[in-house]
Amino acid sequence: MTIETAASTSTASTGQPEESPLRLMWYKFRAHRLAVWSLWIIVGLYLMAIFANFLAPFDPETRTGLPYSPPSWPTVMADDGFNWPPVVYGVTSKLDMKTFKRVYTVDTTRQYPVKLFVAGDQQSWFGLFASDRHLIGVESGGAFFLMGTDALGRDVFSRVIYGSRISLSIGLVGVSISLVLGVILGGISGYFGGAIDLVVQRLIEIIQCFPSIPLWMALAAALPHDWTTVQVYFGITVILSLVGWTDLARVVRGRFLSLREEDFVMAARLAGASEARIIGKHLLPSFASHIIASVTLSIPSMILAETSLSFLGIGLTPPALSWGVLLQTAQNVNTLAISPWLLLPGGMVIITVLAFNFLGDGLRDAADPFAKERLS
Amino acid sequence: MTSRPIISVRNLEVGAMSRHGMLRPLRGIDLDLPLGQTVGLVGESGCGKSMTARALLNITPAPMRIMGGTIILDDGKAPPQNLSALDPDGVAMRAIRGARVAMIFQEPMTALSPVHTIGDQIGEMVRIHRKLGRREAKAHAIEMLDMVSMPNARQRYDAYPFNLSGGMRQRAMIAMALACGPDVLVADEPTTALDVTIQAQILELLQRLQANLGMTVLLITHDLGVVARTTKRVAVMYLGEIVEEASTIQLFDTPLHPYTQGLLSSVPRLGGRRGRREPLPTMRGTVPSALVELSGCAFHPRCPKAVGGLCDVIKPVMAEVNPGHSARCLLYPEVLVASKRGSSVVQPEPVS
Amino acid sequence: MWRFILRRLMWMIPTLVIISIISFIIIQLPPGDYLASYIARLESRGSNVDQATIDSLRMRYGLDDPLIVQYFKWLGNILLHGNFGYSFEWRLPVSQLILERLPMTFLVATASLLFAWSVALPIGIFSAVKQYSLADYFFTVLGFLGLGIPNFMLALVFLYLSNRYFGLSVGGLFSPAYLNAPWGIHKILDLLSHLWIPVIIIGTAGTAGLIRITRANVLDELRKPYVETARAKGLHPMLLILKYPVRIALNPFISSIGFILPGMISGEVIVSIVLNLPTTGPLLYSALLSQDTYLAGAFVLMLAVLTVIGVLISDILLAWLDPRIRLS
Repeated sequence: MTIETAASTSTASTGQPEESPLRLMWYKFRAHRLAVWSLWIIVGLYLMAIFANFLAPFDPETRTGLPYSPPSWPTVMADDGFNWPPVVYGVTSKLDMKTFKRVYTVDTTRQYPVKLFVAGDQQSWFGLFASDRHLIGVESGGAFFLMGTDALGRDVFSRVIYGSRISLSIGLVGVSISLVLGVILGGISGYFGGAIDLVVQRLIEIIQCFPSIPLWMALAAALPHDWTTVQVYFGITVILSLVGWTDLARVVRGRFLSLREEDFVMAARLAGASEARIIGKHLLPSFASHIIASVTLSIPSMILAETSLSFLGIGLTPPALSWGVLLQTAQNVNTLAISPWLLLPGGMVIITVLAFNFLGDGLRDAADPFAKERLS
Repeated sequence: MTSRPIISVRNLEVGAMSRHGMLRPLRGIDLDLPLGQTVGLVGESGCGKSMTARALLNITPAPMRIMGGTIILDDGKAPPQNLSALDPDGVAMRAIRGARVAMIFQEPMTALSPVHTIGDQIGEMVRIHRKLGRREAKAHAIEMLDMVSMPNARQRYDAYPFNLSGGMRQRAMIAMALACGPDVLVADEPTTALDVTIQAQILELLQRLQANLGMTVLLITHDLGVVARTTKRVAVMYLGEIVEEASTIQLFDTPLHPYTQGLLSSVPRLGGRRGRREPLPTMRGTVPSALVELSGCAFHPRCPKAVGGLCDVIKPVMAEVNPGHSARCLLYPEVLVASKRGSSVVQPEPVS
Repeated sequence: MWRFILRRLMWMIPTLVIISIISFIIIQLPPGDYLASYIARLESRGSNVDQATIDSLRMRYGLDDPLIVQYFKWLGNILLHGNFGYSFEWRLPVSQLILERLPMTFLVATASLLFAWSVALPIGIFSAVKQYSLADYFFTVLGFLGLGIPNFMLALVFLYLSNRYFGLSVGGLFSPAYLNAPWGIHKILDLLSHLWIPVIIIGTAGTAGLIRITRANVLDELRKPYVETARAKGLHPMLLILKYPVRIALNPFISSIGFILPGMISGEVIVSIVLNLPTTGPLLYSALLSQDTYLAGAFVLMLAVLTVIGVLISDILLAWLDPRIRLS
């Protein structure tokens, strides 16, 4: 008898309305504050990806003529006192003839106030119409580089925002393929048991035993060089899901195995329900919550995988834009030493991965509202 | 003739703060364990008997802790000590635990470590408390296994708990508890998890050991049959308090407290009471949660004999009603007088 | 226990077979065979390869045979002659290149695993015993960070920091002086002084998961009755925790090698590319980029085999530790 159960017996009422498993899951999930925040962060990230053309101050390919500019943030305290809206300064660049390094001098005479709905580069909205309005930015000429610029003078912040489109969507696409594979194979394995189960189980073990990065590297490098970006994109997602389905399959298999023995399955069978109906109507709803949790937990590894592969140059390559591609330039230590802001896309990866992990964790805890701390 | 108590508990309180409020599983326990006798402690699940057992060894599970009262241990091996005042994890308490006051638990399969041999677990007792070496500890352990009538003691030394049957596991647990020759043995439902025939064997073993070693045993159980068989004195617990305390014969013969009366009459009897078939009497209601603080007598909401204006107002104390037989019920004048003395509320005179 | 081990060994065989098939597929994947592109490159550099050599190479590697035959020839070469093929890029037998690099990879990966274990176990135990304390939350957050930061990012950040603040030429497992020196105590010490960097970087990813598992398992065990029994015997609280719940929670911990090791090896590969260590990573990378397929395939094969062996060892360890398996 624990303290809490002794206490709760007095508060549990018998006349409570029944809650569906999904609602119970939502209640438990809500208690996990970190997971809830992560949910909002992720929603924000995907919105950012969808509305990239509006949110990014610059077009990702625009060369501002200011390569390797350090991040410049608007300030409210300018030389002439308090400024609202905050301003950025103009910047001129000169090549120092002695060190052959590019030197940026801030020209405080030129001030560019930060404006909303500012006119900037022309962007196409989902191919429907074009507009040159951006949410935030400065008039042309101002150095509004929240994350600095890269070797070609392109604003890293804008590139990060656009890069989120590929980085975030690869996770979703890859996970859908994994989901299908995992549910089918895991389901068959768990439901029918016996020899089929043994075979699938071995297969899962073998694939999980393979060190993933060398495998991905080898498969990705094998994609033909003349494939278009879109083809490479799908090639990468297929490769990632070929390895990623195993975790989902294990969860599904485990659930099926334990549920198979439940009395309500036998009852359904005795009532004459077909196997398909038993699976679809009786079994699936009880582990839908587990699947949601596992799927969410699979996404970060896909994002990490694509980032790693692109970083190495064997995933996506320019002109494709993903966070991994952005990190390619950071491979060179010397470049990195001078312009460390090129690592900032990595920060986005970290935030995204953490958010998905917390979210998945919260979902997994919520999926089993009656379970104690689990083993792994 | 009553022997001097080897353990004397006065006003023992155990509790903890929880999210829902103050939890008090033990609310002022007074108990004496006379030397060399078996005392029974009975009650429903949740009344606090297991917590009492743990409090005696000062191993109340966190966050529960002893909040007040004394537990005086006077076994002649050392000057009398108050166990409740000792640091639960301190050297002094740990030296007493297992060596002078030992405990056996309900489910030996889970109460013994699954990855250590029973010989190792028994030997551990003398290794810690008497600082014996491995070989002497092993010899002693085998001796103990013999003492509890474990067949093939020498081979069984190397057995793991999962190699043994339920009865043998419980014997191993008893051997482990008695390894250092403690004078007090607290047995928390030692036979509840066993088959009836094994139950009888284990109870017999305990009785034999008690007679041979002169041990004092506190036998905690919810099974009145076990109590009737093995104990000399018995205390009945309800909601963290002792509500009746008497010799076993007295209790079964003339139960004083309405709760005890309810318990005894709800024991199913073959052939029914008075030879006729009748519906089994039950007590209405259930044990309230440990969070609840009731005014007056803790049992009054369920008591068939409760008197309005009296039982829900005055808090009854334990008082001796018959020689050697105490109860906590306001319906007895001795109790009423003693309770009113302690109470500061002006009471209406009971209408007799 | 022997039956358990025997069964594990038997299952290893189909596992290894499938691994070899996958590795072979990887070798065959790049379109066109290597020889053609190799020759094209040689010719573009101006050198000439005569037809006889081409033909002999074609025959030697059975490049004209159907795939199945090629597979068995390749496999046969490996198993019977230890011949993993030829690296066209380096003009050396693959086995030689592998032998130079693979042991180091395994060393670094194992060291990272040990590091992860030695950090995760005490932290996990501590977190479980002092659940919900400030330290518990702190370590949980730290663990999650380790989980979220990709290996190569950590390596990059490290490179940047050490370059910026220490001006060291870091990277590499040996100082230039010891690079080609024969093995001796000094070389080992030099190795250790460089080793801790990749080990920490790679180990942090595994640590996070291990901390959570340990914490959950120890928590589970702490609630069990035998812990109370041990307390009732008068054991010292610290000794009690170590001897009983930790000892039992150790079992799933040991068997965690099964999924930590592939991660460590994976991490080692990519970190070694960033830090330019003399291990598998950089060589595999360049082999893939230049389509030196035999080298790449052999690396993938050996890495997988190493992992399988590692997992087998962990299974044997588990069987030995858990009397319930050992005696059944």
